[in-house]
Amino acid sequence: MTAALMDYDEVLERFEPVLGLEVHVELSTATKMFCGCANVFGTPPNTQVCPTCLGLPGALPVLNGVAVESAMRIGLALNCSIAPWCRFARKNYFYPDMPKNFQTSQYDEPIAVNGSLAVELSGGSLFTVEIERAHMEEDTGKSLHVGGSDGRIHGASHSLLDYNRAGVPLIEVVTKPIEGAEARAPEIARAYVTALRDLLRALNVSDVRMDQGSMRCDANVSLMPRGSSTFGTRTETKNVNSLRSVERAVRYEMCRQGAVLASGGRIVQETRHFDEATASTSAGRRKETSEDYRYFPEPDLVPIAPSDDWVARLRTTLPELPWQRRARAKTEWGLSDLELRDLVNAGALDLIAATVDAGAPAAEARSWWVSYLSQQANSRGVELADLPITPAQLARVIALVAEGALTNNLARQVVDGVLAKEGEPDEIVAAHGLAVVSDDAALTAAVEQALAAAPDVAEKIRGGKVAAAGAIVGAVMKATGGQANAQRVRELVLALVSA
Amino acid sequence: MPTISRDEVAHLARLARLAVTEEELDLFAGQLEVILTSVARVGEVAAADIPPTSHAVGLTDVFRADVPRPGLTQQQALSGAYATEDGRFRVPRILDES
Amino acid sequence: MTRLTRCSAAELAARIHAQDITAVEVTRTHLDRIAAVDPALHAFLHLDGPAALAAAAAVDDGLRRGDPPASPLAGVPLALKDVFTTVDMPTTCGSRMLQGWWPPYDATVTRKLRAAGVVIVGKTNMDEFAMGSSTENSAYGPTRNPWDLDRVPGGSGGGSAAAVAAFEVPLAIGTDTGGSIRQPSAVTGTVGVKPTYGGVSRYGLVAFSSSLDQGGPVARTVLDAALLHEVIGGYDPLDSTSIDAPVPPVVQAARAGATGDLTGIRVGVVSQFRGDGYQPGVRRAFEVAVSRLRELGADIVEVSCPSFDHALPAYYLIAPSECSSNLARFDGMRYGLRVGDDGGRSAEEVMSLTREAGFGPEVKRRIMLGTYALSAGYYDAYYGQAQKVRTLIIRDFAAAFDQVDVLVSPTTPTTAFRIGERVDDPMAMYLSDLCTIPANLAGNAALSVPAGLSDDDGLPVGLQVMAPALADDRAYRVAAAYEAARDDADGGPLVQRVPDLEVAAR
Ligand SMILES: [Zn+2]
Repeated sequence: MTAALMDYDEVLERFEPVLGLEVHVELSTATKMFCGCANVFGTPPNTQVCPTCLGLPGALPVLNGVAVESAMRIGLALNCSIAPWCRFARKNYFYPDMPKNFQTSQYDEPIAVNGSLAVELSGGSLFTVEIERAHMEEDTGKSLHVGGSDGRIHGASHSLLDYNRAGVPLIEVVTKPIEGAEARAPEIARAYVTALRDLLRALNVSDVRMDQGSMRCDANVSLMPRGSSTFGTRTETKNVNSLRSVERAVRYEMCRQGAVLASGGRIVQETRHFDEATASTSAGRRKETSEDYRYFPEPDLVPIAPSDDWVARLRTTLPELPWQRRARAKTEWGLSDLELRDLVNAGALDLIAATVDAGAPAAEARSWWVSYLSQQANSRGVELADLPITPAQLARVIALVAEGALTNNLARQVVDGVLAKEGEPDEIVAAHGLAVVSDDAALTAAVEQALAAAPDVAEKIRGGKVAAAGAIVGAVMKATGGQANAQRVRELVLALVSA
Repeated sequence: MPTISRDEVAHLARLARLAVTEEELDLFAGQLEVILTSVARVGEVAAADIPPTSHAVGLTDVFRADVPRPGLTQQQALSGAYATEDGRFRVPRILDES
Repeated sequence: MTRLTRCSAAELAARIHAQDITAVEVTRTHLDRIAAVDPALHAFLHLDGPAALAAAAAVDDGLRRGDPPASPLAGVPLALKDVFTTVDMPTTCGSRMLQGWWPPYDATVTRKLRAAGVVIVGKTNMDEFAMGSSTENSAYGPTRNPWDLDRVPGGSGGGSAAAVAAFEVPLAIGTDTGGSIRQPSAVTGTVGVKPTYGGVSRYGLVAFSSSLDQGGPVARTVLDAALLHEVIGGYDPLDSTSIDAPVPPVVQAARAGATGDLTGIRVGVVSQFRGDGYQPGVRRAFEVAVSRLRELGADIVEVSCPSFDHALPAYYLIAPSECSSNLARFDGMRYGLRVGDDGGRSAEEVMSLTREAGFGPEVKRRIMLGTYALSAGYYDAYYGQAQKVRTLIIRDFAAAFDQVDVLVSPTTPTTAFRIGERVDDPMAMYLSDLCTIPANLAGNAALSVPAGLSDDDGLPVGLQVMAPALADDRAYRVAAAYEAARDDADGGPLVQRVPDLEVAAR
């Protein structure tokens, strides 16, 4: 069943959209939020569990200090105030993927409040999104639904539970209502999530992989009739798993709500699910009773009271943040505003900076990301950052070229190997024998063969036409499949001719 | 004086996931009302400017180092389960969340 | 020669460590005693004789090799309340919900006992999930009071107190949320201590009310309780509310107190806990105890703690609220009972059927009470207000301890009541904890020491001694001095006058 949709321009004529974005981020700490289980992805079910994260009777939580510091650093990077005193609360509701049947979460006492994040839009203008809070909580386990059609919850006969993810540290970043976005609301939603992702990546606190669920976005959308000053009823769309989906989900909800309101209907405050395939949202199951989470302070954890010194020390650990990096790119790499914007839009700036930080020259790093790797990302239909190559791996390839161990052509083959998950650059070079051949014995034989095959060229060189050596070098390169060290081949050609 | 109806008891039982019987609804409605009437005396205390105490000990900032500790094996984790399948806890079908 | 079962833990340990007797012999004697009297008493839910004898043999082996004893209590038998997890025994919490559950981990208290060479003989009966004051709420049937088998042994730790009073074991572990160690000790003539909150790790103690629960020792003498307190106490990084400080010197205080001098000690009598609601025999026994403290040199003053009048209602909001959340995990999905899984019902339905079948009436009552008190519209009036009363109680204690070193009161308003007498009247049952609750709400140390028999029914009365947080040793000192004086006056420890159950059992 597809909902009636209003034309986008008409929505904007009649209503003002108001957004709210709630982003959950899994921290990449070594251990979970409240226990010493490893925070890892992809291990066999129920192998990263202990009495605490399984919710066994008698087990108790102890807070991960690094998770607290990560939360505070995120808060500081978002220009938030750090609460001088805060606690965890229990959010009580029953759900089988939650082993204690309550979630330990910072309900009304978040560690960071009242911040902002400036996001850059496609025309180069900045839009400031106000941040309401960043707070800590724990992730749930995962359920697998068996017996229904393609593993979906509806029609399943039973479910299987894996608690490896239960208790993984989460930070939830919540915006204040975003007003004044107007026609750019979908774009702003996407740009905000992008900016937040880049910020979190710069802080090195999370993998921020939307495709793997380590970053998840819930989009709240409501429409306010023109001339009114009270917000409309909002819906909360979950399951928005890519940047593109954020934009599409907001746009869809605007058009759907517009049609409902225009036909005299009422928006129901509800959770909706975004369907990637149809780019539409659908209502979740309606609860027969209104939710009452019965929050109260978590008695098994003690309050957090960050001292001024601690906050100040964390402030000094903040890395170069995206907007600072942009400023540096302009001054140090000599980029124009336009070039910079293209890099930002392509999602390449942070990757280039990280590659530079890993030791590569800025020009090479930029060239790789904006040309060859951008083509690869396009042909695979993924974001540049989601390519399976790290800045450090690329920096190594660039270094191998600079050392003369790889030609540009070989370097591309090595990068292809990394993208195909064959291993680290050096492993791929070794495994495929891609290294430039500098072995004189092998090269001498190849040069002699080439000279013998072209006695006229050899004669020209002997006659002083040194430029003619290029033809012999080319022949040798062809014969060795491009793996010869061209510089050395040229030296050998000249030496053998004059011998 | 707080009064608590049979319907309210039914609502509480639903929130608390207790499939109470009809007889229990009557029994608990009566008993909860007596208890609530008695405990409502806390409201007599003039405590507007008194801070609440959630923790008897005044500790703050108790943290754990972010260092992995051995947990349970899969077999230990599943040892108390009513039913398992493929290393997971097998449970009845789950209704849609939210 | 005194029968081994009548010896104190300190005496048994001394003889075992001197290799005058073996730990195996001591354990076997106690297992025999349990076999003889427990059918009448029902203090134990689970016994593991072979494991206990093996643990005892390990202690003997070490001593024979010349190793020093692992602790001053190495080789002494102990009964563990069935609310602490144990890998080698089931942990049921007196509930059908956890029937046959074998935890995959040991509680910190369990671990410390094992490391100290203490011989755990079994798990004791209790009110379901520690909710109750009579042990009648156990899904496995009530425990009986060794002083009168028709009466309750108190609760929730009635099994631990009865086992110690009936000479089944010299030591037991209890937990005290609103009085569940002290009240059973008072009505069975034993010594029971609720340490300062945070003094004994709660890791592996199945939670009833997290901000109030505290494990502690049950024994027949103050010194034995102190020795056990030092074995189980101390900082635990697995419990965020554990206090990172040395255990107060309770053994030293118990030994010093036993010399009998309380000169210069200021003892406050709580005026709120001596009114009309008290059984006359309990009141008289308490007055005698106070005069004895005066004779020992203590300065007795009357101290008013007006907020204590609101402790009971505050407790019956806070404890059920926390319990409603703590017990949510018992849903039949991961461990324990599952009811109604017919392949068609949803998880939600199976959870509700399981919880309905697995919990007894008192647990359900408290879960619903707590669910109500935490609900959006009622939070401020109930839970929020109760937490403010808690602040006032802490302030009353602080003001009192500015004037006096310890506070005293009767431990319970009445002696042991008859089985069945209060089961249908929750409020009457709740009054059992009237005097013990303030120390739980404030988190300070408190104990109950036998104070003779009530002259109206011949049943034991307890004297409660309360001390500031982390000053547990003060309560031990006063209790030990009082115990020595009372034993001198009466010609021996009160508990030795318990009826001989072996005869009764036959
Ligand atoms: Zn864990």
